[in-house]
Amino acid sequence: MATVDLKDVRKVYAGGVEAVKGVSIAIPDKALCVLVGPSGCGKSTLLRMIAGLETISAGTCSIDGKVVNAIGPTERDIAMVFQNYALYPHMKVYDNMAYGLRNRGTPKDEIDKRVRATAQTLELEHLLERRPRELSGGQRQRVAMGRAIVRNPKVFLFDEPLSNLDAKLRGQMRVEIKSLQRKLGVTSVYVTHDQLEAMTLADVLVVMNAGLVEQLGAPLDIYEKPASTFVASFIGAPPMNLLPLRGGQLEDAITLPEVSGNATMIGFRPEDCEVGADGATSSDGLRLMARVDGVEPVGSESFLYCAAGGGKIVVRVAGRTEVLVGDQLPIFARREKLHFFGSDGKRV
Amino acid sequence: MAEPKALMAEPKALPPASGHDKLMIGQSKAGIYVAHAILILGIVIVAFPIYYTFVASTHSLQTILRPPLPLLPGDRFVENYSEALFGGVGRIGGVSVTTLLFNTTIVALGIAIGKIIISILSAYAIVFFRFPLRMVFFWLIFITLMLPVEVRILPTYKVMVDLGLIDTYTGLIVPLIASATATLLFRQFFLTIPGELVEAARVDGAGPWRFFKDILLPLSRTNIAALFVILFIYGWTQYLWPLLVTNRNDMNTIVIALKKMISFADADTEWHLVMVTSMLAIVPPILVVVLMQRWFVRGLVDTEK
Repeated sequence: MATVDLKDVRKVYAGGVEAVKGVSIAIPDKALCVLVGPSGCGKSTLLRMIAGLETISAGTCSIDGKVVNAIGPTERDIAMVFQNYALYPHMKVYDNMAYGLRNRGTPKDEIDKRVRATAQTLELEHLLERRPRELSGGQRQRVAMGRAIVRNPKVFLFDEPLSNLDAKLRGQMRVEIKSLQRKLGVTSVYVTHDQLEAMTLADVLVVMNAGLVEQLGAPLDIYEKPASTFVASFIGAPPMNLLPLRGGQLEDAITLPEVSGNATMIGFRPEDCEVGADGATSSDGLRLMARVDGVEPVGSESFLYCAAGGGKIVVRVAGRTEVLVGDQLPIFARREKLHFFGSDGKRV
Repeated sequence: MAEPKALMAEPKALPPASGHDKLMIGQSKAGIYVAHAILILGIVIVAFPIYYTFVASTHSLQTILRPPLPLLPGDRFVENYSEALFGGVGRIGGVSVTTLLFNTTIVALGIAIGKIIISILSAYAIVFFRFPLRMVFFWLIFITLMLPVEVRILPTYKVMVDLGLIDTYTGLIVPLIASATATLLFRQFFLTIPGELVEAARVDGAGPWRFFKDILLPLSRTNIAALFVILFIYGWTQYLWPLLVTNRNDMNTIVIALKKMISFADADTEWHLVMVTSMLAIVPPILVVVLMQRWFVRGLVDTEK
């Protein structure tokens, strides 16, 4: 239905603070683009600029090929789901959903048809006569979604919509949002600080840091080839192990493959580690000795928190483990699972 | 809606010995008796003069002037009240109390509604719009809080005379209509409205006027009701300004007329009519409080958010 194009978008606040320092993203039609990053990275500001709730200091934002810098949120034909839902507390669920349509002068029977259809999609029919305060968190979330869907806009904007829900409900709603977005085929921008949400929802994943795009791409590509140490430590839970290289050498290393370029940082994911001397016979990989500082059995897997190579690393082992705190273990990671980063933090 | 009713309910009998679960922690039974005794004493102190006024309003002038005044109502209820309401009171030029009640109602309603409209609009402007000198205007309003009406009474009076507004409802209402207190109250309330709600309305296509009408006004309902009660009584009991700005007897408010009815010479005062007028002057504010108390309490204690 619509593409969203950001070209060198900047946001400078009155005090001179630059929240967004030149971001260019092209979101294809019907794609779900997730902006992820730590708090203060400018992802929400960027979303609010797309919504038209913040002015754009420089650069252009286009929706469906049309530059929308100068037009207000109403005319942009977008719908937004807010973190705190922002339901109108004095209106019934029905009116909450109908309000946007009424303001646009939609005929009454058309409003009724659309509200009821949306309510059916979201299983809200029995709640239409209730007020927001009589609803649970998950139901409010649904109403907020319904308010966006019923308008049938060009673009959906989600501002951390699941962060107020409990973990179980969050997982449920995540799946629902994804399938709903697929079904409706509406281009969407989704802001979150939760890397799991980002990974599972995104068609296009944008990792932001300090007002800049750190990496942009398909979620698994980013996971497999993080462009910088920031991305490496932000995407994936627990994050990638990063150890410093000194002159191409790693402390505690038994074997170390040839270090590419002028790398100063070596990285490997906790799940790419193999434990024990008999792990793999291939010497083409990193083998180092680690001292176990802590063991966290989760059930399906266990995490070993170790000191090794002049830093801290996390090792994931499947199922239960017999390893005890204080054990010395050889850790092995295959050559192709190793990542190298230069002194500027970029991948080499 | 259960809470306000509980406030109005008749005092319940003291809890039986087994009803200790109803007691507050650390509260003894003796404490409850003492508390009730104090409460009842308070009610008697407040209510007795009103009861006595009512008693006096049902006796003839002769009975009132010959002390002691009986403690039970007399038989002149209908005569006294109809004389005051429909006949007219001699000392204020034969104007009936009905006229006075009408005048005062207009003035009190005018002041209450006018104040609410003006203050809610100024608070709306100050909270939700960015315009040059916004804070200057805010502080100007804030500073007027410290100026009582009495301070500006001479210039205001002069303006009213020049505009020919003496003895008009406009003259009675308009100078009292601006309210820094109500503006601040609404401002504080508006500041608690989450920014996301404002933004949601913008995304939903509500312009400033729609947002005000559809979102802000309904959310302010309880505040408006609470303010209305307070301001209605404020308007009803105005004394100094109506005294200055009205000369004609038929433009008096009931409070001013009450003052005029009382002569220095006891025998010259129609005390039974004064008492009737006093009773009638009390009724509308009481009605407003009782009828709106549900809203009033809600406005003071909770916000619908």
